[in-house]
Amino acid sequence: MAQKTALRKIKVGQRARIAKVSARGELGRRIRDMGLLPGAEIEVVGRAPLKDPVALRMQGFTLSLRNNEADYITVAPLED
Amino acid sequence: MPPKIVIALSGNPNSGKTTMFNAMTGAHQHVGNYPGITVEKKEGFVQKDGYSFHIVDLPGTYSLTAYSQEELVARNFLVDERPDVVVDVLNASALERNLYLAVQLMEIGIPLVLALNMMDEAKDQGLSIDSQKLSELLKIPVVETVARSGHGVEPLLLEAGRFAGERGGKWSQINISYGPDLDPVLKEMARKIEAEKFLTDRYPPRWLALKYLESDEEIRVVGRKTGPLALELEDMAESVAKHLEKTLKTYPEAVIADYRYGFISSLLKQGVLTKRSGQERLVLSDNLDKVLTHKVAGPLAMLAVLLAVYQITFTVGEIPMGWVQDFFAWLGDTATALIPDGLLQSLVVSGVIDGVGGVLSFVPLIMLIFLFIAFLEDSGYMARVAYMLDRVFRAFGLHGCSVMPFIISGGIAGGCAVPGVMAARTLRSPREKLATLLTAPFMTCGAKLPVFILLIGVFFAKYQALMLCLVTITAWAAALLTARFLRSTIIKGPSTPFVMELPPYRLPTLKGMAIHTWERTWQYIKKAGTVILAISILLWAAMTFPGPPQEVLEQFETRQEALTAQVANAAQKDQDMKRLEARRKTLAGQEAEARLRFSLAGRIGNGLEGISRLAGFDWRTNIALVGGFAAKEVIISTLGTAYSLGETDPEEAAGLGERLKRDENWSALTAVSAILFIMLYAPCFVTVVVIKQEAGSWKWAFFSMFFNTALAFALSTTVFQTGKVLGLG
Repeated sequence: MAQKTALRKIKVGQRARIAKVSARGELGRRIRDMGLLPGAEIEVVGRAPLKDPVALRMQGFTLSLRNNEADYITVAPLED
Repeated sequence: MPPKIVIALSGNPNSGKTTMFNAMTGAHQHVGNYPGITVEKKEGFVQKDGYSFHIVDLPGTYSLTAYSQEELVARNFLVDERPDVVVDVLNASALERNLYLAVQLMEIGIPLVLALNMMDEAKDQGLSIDSQKLSELLKIPVVETVARSGHGVEPLLLEAGRFAGERGGKWSQINISYGPDLDPVLKEMARKIEAEKFLTDRYPPRWLALKYLESDEEIRVVGRKTGPLALELEDMAESVAKHLEKTLKTYPEAVIADYRYGFISSLLKQGVLTKRSGQERLVLSDNLDKVLTHKVAGPLAMLAVLLAVYQITFTVGEIPMGWVQDFFAWLGDTATALIPDGLLQSLVVSGVIDGVGGVLSFVPLIMLIFLFIAFLEDSGYMARVAYMLDRVFRAFGLHGCSVMPFIISGGIAGGCAVPGVMAARTLRSPREKLATLLTAPFMTCGAKLPVFILLIGVFFAKYQALMLCLVTITAWAAALLTARFLRSTIIKGPSTPFVMELPPYRLPTLKGMAIHTWERTWQYIKKAGTVILAISILLWAAMTFPGPPQEVLEQFETRQEALTAQVANAAQKDQDMKRLEARRKTLAGQEAEARLRFSLAGRIGNGLEGISRLAGFDWRTNIALVGGFAAKEVIISTLGTAYSLGETDPEEAAGLGERLKRDENWSALTAVSAILFIMLYAPCFVTVVVIKQEAGSWKWAFFSMFFNTALAFALSTTVFQTGKVLGLG
């Protein structure tokens, strides 16, 4: 298993599995509503022109969140 | 009498819920607001196959917690109004996430029918969904639909009608297991709630217990008002939370979400959802994004789109706007001809007709801007705009979506704050939306523009383009910095999480756009229209009453008569006639000035001169600024009247310009101070009314009037006084 790292560090085009979500309160709830839970697989599909926010591909849809929000999410990169 | 069935339509944003609502109800819709808040309430009525359906479109939500107004509205509607059946619209291609809301609805236990929408897209993406199986597993009806084409909509309605009849208003909850830590507590809490009948007339016991575990704010507040059990339940929730923290380094909300998603994924694995491998998904949308959100091409394309929206709105909008204005001008002339001179004529023409005309002349702009906004939202592009600009606007406590209201309001000089403020609807984050609403009116709208052009033309003739450019930059800076200020003081609070879907690009339907546009326009006419007419009459009264004292009026009358006599006596010499005509004009101008000076507005302007001198404004300018509250273009015509020039057409203000140049009260420094003041002070009252409509309370509308005026005065005074010290005056 690859080293766990912050979601912010994942490059565009890379896939990863969520290991931990440490956000609480409203942010935590919104992140969970979107299905960003431990075990879920994501792919970073893009970054905005100013490198922030980041766009993620989830199961059947695309999602964007700010870098400082992504910092609450720890992932394990997946090898292709 | 056909059976009446109330259907609540629920679903995630971007699930096609609105399209479904349109497909069900056609144009038979009623749009209002939930009492006291800005969340929209849409309702429609349909007769079908012996049923009489009353359909209520709930706000689009991902969940039923208490974090946003939308979610509170949705769940309170369910528990308070107890609709006969809920139709949950699911985006079939993101079934897992969409079922998250469905499961929460089933935990409330209200009769539920699932609409698997966008089945066509799901198939294209290589997903095969066994709706039969899903229905069997959940024991509720599931109907496949494609709301865009209308496929499955009628069967869905009939199934909802049938199921509502079958359940007969009975609620039955599903019980999901939340694991060894929470299940026992949940059971115990539910037992106590049941035993004391604690809020059970409103909420199912287990659901209520679950909300206590989720630390739901609203439920806690309601609970504490109800009885002592509330504190006991809070303690139970607290102790299990501590236990989870200690043993698993987690907390109840997260565990609950985990188990809910676990329940859903085990459901889907039982043969409900199968993916054909090798199928590339969302190809077209991804390719479009490669260009449209590219780090160079993306912003350029966005700039082009925003410019195009702006250009088309204001150039095309000008045409019907001109018709509306011409019509009301004609109406005013007709009324002037029909009603004898005097107060009644003045009331009808200047109060009512100008007022209604003012309201309706905005309608073409509002229609166009909402047509574009509907297109940008429905196509999915608006989400990309927010995505690309978020980093910039977030620095000022705003949101990526704030760009639209700013630009429409006059971020590109010549816009209009009325549709601009209304465009803030696209913002879903309350604090960011409020800051946007309050600062967008600083932009250079099409009515302030001629005032600026006049002043710049007179005092900065050589630097017109440069000065206009500076004005635009100053307006942006003022708006962004004030937003920053408001967000760190009065509208303080962390930025609302951005977490947002980027829906796949879709071609919007004409029907959807037309309905959306019409709703907004009608709402404006209906709601704003009545208030605006009333204020317009009040403003007319303020500019008319109490009027000059009798002797002043008599003086004018005597001079008027003398002039008339002279005209009658004068020989038919052209020269004499011309001279007399000019004198008559001067006299009329002087009389209008006297009337204005003695009106309430005039008295306010006079009374404020002592203070306004600090910013360099004499009483004439004050009156014009008071008049500017009616509409900013009125500043020029009022200034004309105050200088006894008669009413001045903003388009042909050369005479007024000459007069200002010669006036000792005016200098380049005064002009700069005036430009700053006019840029920033109270928005025109139409904008104020629209701010009330969008912010949901008069509090913010009044705030915008007083705060903006205070800010404007502080800034222009600072500039004027500094300038004087530096010897620029």
